[in-house]
Amino acid sequence: MDPVREVEGRAYPFGLKNVDTDIIIPAHWLKTISREGLGEGAFEALRKDENNVFDRPEFAGAPIIVAGDNFGCGSSREHAAWALLDMGVKAVIAPSFSDIFSGNAFKNGILTVALPQAAIDRLMEVAETDPISIDLENQTVTTPFQDRFTFEIDPFRKHCLMEGLDEVGLTLERDSAIAGYEARQTGEMPWYAKGTALSA
Amino acid sequence: MASRPRTLYEKIWDGHLVERREDGTCLIYIDRHLVHEVTSPQAFEALRISGRKVRRPELTLAVPDHNLPTTARLDEKGHRIPIADPQSAQQLAALESNAPEFGIRYFGATDIHQGIVHVVGPELGFSLPGATIVCGDSHTSCHGGIGALAFGIGTSEVEHVLASQTLLLTQSKTMEVRVEGELSPGVTPKDLILHIIGTIGTAGGTGHVIEYRGKVFEEMSIEGRLTVCNMSIEGGARAGLIAPDEKTFAYLKGREYAPKGEDWDRAVAYWKTLKTDEGASFDKSVVIDASTVEPTVTWGTSPEDTVSIGGKVPAPESFADPSKQKAAQASLDYMGLQPGQNMSDIEVQNVFIGSCTNSRIEDLRAAAAVLKGRSKAPGVKWAIVVPGSGLVKQQAEEEGLDKVFIEAGLEWREPGCSACLGMNPDKVPPEERCASTSNRNFVGRQGPGARTHLVSPAMAAAAAVTGKLTDVRDLS
Ligand code: SF4
Repeated sequence: MDPVREVEGRAYPFGLKNVDTDIIIPAHWLKTISREGLGEGAFEALRKDENNVFDRPEFAGAPIIVAGDNFGCGSSREHAAWALLDMGVKAVIAPSFSDIFSGNAFKNGILTVALPQAAIDRLMEVAETDPISIDLENQTVTTPFQDRFTFEIDPFRKHCLMEGLDEVGLTLERDSAIAGYEARQTGEMPWYAKGTALSA
Repeated sequence: MASRPRTLYEKIWDGHLVERREDGTCLIYIDRHLVHEVTSPQAFEALRISGRKVRRPELTLAVPDHNLPTTARLDEKGHRIPIADPQSAQQLAALESNAPEFGIRYFGATDIHQGIVHVVGPELGFSLPGATIVCGDSHTSCHGGIGALAFGIGTSEVEHVLASQTLLLTQSKTMEVRVEGELSPGVTPKDLILHIIGTIGTAGGTGHVIEYRGKVFEEMSIEGRLTVCNMSIEGGARAGLIAPDEKTFAYLKGREYAPKGEDWDRAVAYWKTLKTDEGASFDKSVVIDASTVEPTVTWGTSPEDTVSIGGKVPAPESFADPSKQKAAQASLDYMGLQPGQNMSDIEVQNVFIGSCTNSRIEDLRAAAAVLKGRSKAPGVKWAIVVPGSGLVKQQAEEEGLDKVFIEAGLEWREPGCSACLGMNPDKVPPEERCASTSNRNFVGRQGPGARTHLVSPAMAAAAAVTGKLTDVRDLS
């Protein structure tokens, strides 16, 4: 996974509250085989409106979304995070997030930044015309107009994001413990270790 | 730790602990991983992108089931018949190429070993007592019937297991469902588990792993135990377990991936220790009197909406909880039922005998015993029997069960998940009813607007004969 230290660039001034996973990626996109390409289905229903923020040319490839309360509520589908990632989003700033979504976002290297509504209102304004930058190391969101907001983040998640460590990567760092278990099991209970290698 | 009396779940958990982290989460070793076409493509893709390999390919088995049509798979010339739905075809093709790419044993659509993951695992001896077993499907709890700790996982966990053969988990609480006494004649394991879910509710087991205990389970066949554990998830539990015993060992002995020779003897000696110790305590305990269990059916859209076949559709007001009253009303509206209707007056237009709950040989025998010499009622438009695997199909055909079904006017299909869920062409039409041996009666589960009544295989067969939900004991 790519490390996330700073995210800088244009931000979609989205602002909608209670954006559920069905809005992020509708159910008919779930019968897919790839995480890639889901960006095309992201916010599909909203994009039918020709004035939608996601298709405004000045925001093409913007890495940040500024959204309203309770972003990512609804189902647990991991496709929501994959869809955002595929459209180039690396961070979402909102007053709050659903737990499952922020977990899925984290697993996929997307930074979720929670800031009070007043800060969101200001960022919505700036985003219309100017870039925003997020500094994960110092836990700040800044604008070219000297705005500076600080945010909280779980230290473990911060570490993982900054180093580009995903959960699988972290577990694989425990390789010696896993290998130790396997050696013990192969000795004491070899029948579990054989699996399909034991074909007739 | 070893001196304290432990439950079966705790023994299996302790036996698979790789490491405990400071926050209490545990890295748990996974012995067996079953993979199907729907929840695996993105997991394999992630491995490919990150350049990771499958840590222990021999501990994973891949088989398509959810999307696969159950109609003929080969044409007269022996060529594979293409799959009409392009997205299903794509998911199936992805599994077919991912498995060999990562060195995983794969049984394709026309292989005799193909079938529903939860039927294939135990019948090949791939699933073993005392093992930890996972699959990207919530009914993985099924494998608890042979004494394994088995539960469903999501796509990112599928990736985690493929890469590391472990999962990060927190230990569940323990729950005992003790069934006392004996089941009456004509009452099956499916009736019992429906009755249990009706008693404990769909949240009854939340946060717990259930162990089913009592003489009823000791006397129950392995197929029956798999049926019971399969639906643990409907009772809110992540997994269900029944301690392995001589019946389990006899069932597994000689199966393709079951241990052989000296390994077998050592394994059995170990498996015999896999029972809850005298004096071990459960966090929660429920006692059920077996003699009160009747052939059981569902009336609503939640698996806890159960009633005996001699009963009536309940009135929403009969529930104490106001939110349950509302849910019951919504269920009745969806199901097109009135309070006070006799369950045995409800007409069905469809019958589905299959799914990982009830598609094993014993289930098919039970249905065939009812259907032999009888025929489908004219009001039943669609009735299909879908064996759980190619091996079950073969055995059923050797026993002539397929002929019994066909002569009674039912269709005999190829193995797969079929009408258990509306993901493949086998669907129940809107506003029609189905007597179904599957495990979920959710809104739209068998197709948009479909009305599902969960029943046992014998009861599904009886419904096919009379065209109504019927007490199978009245037929004989
Ligand atoms: S038969 Fe139904 S419950 Fe079982 S694995 Fe298939 S879809 Fe899931």
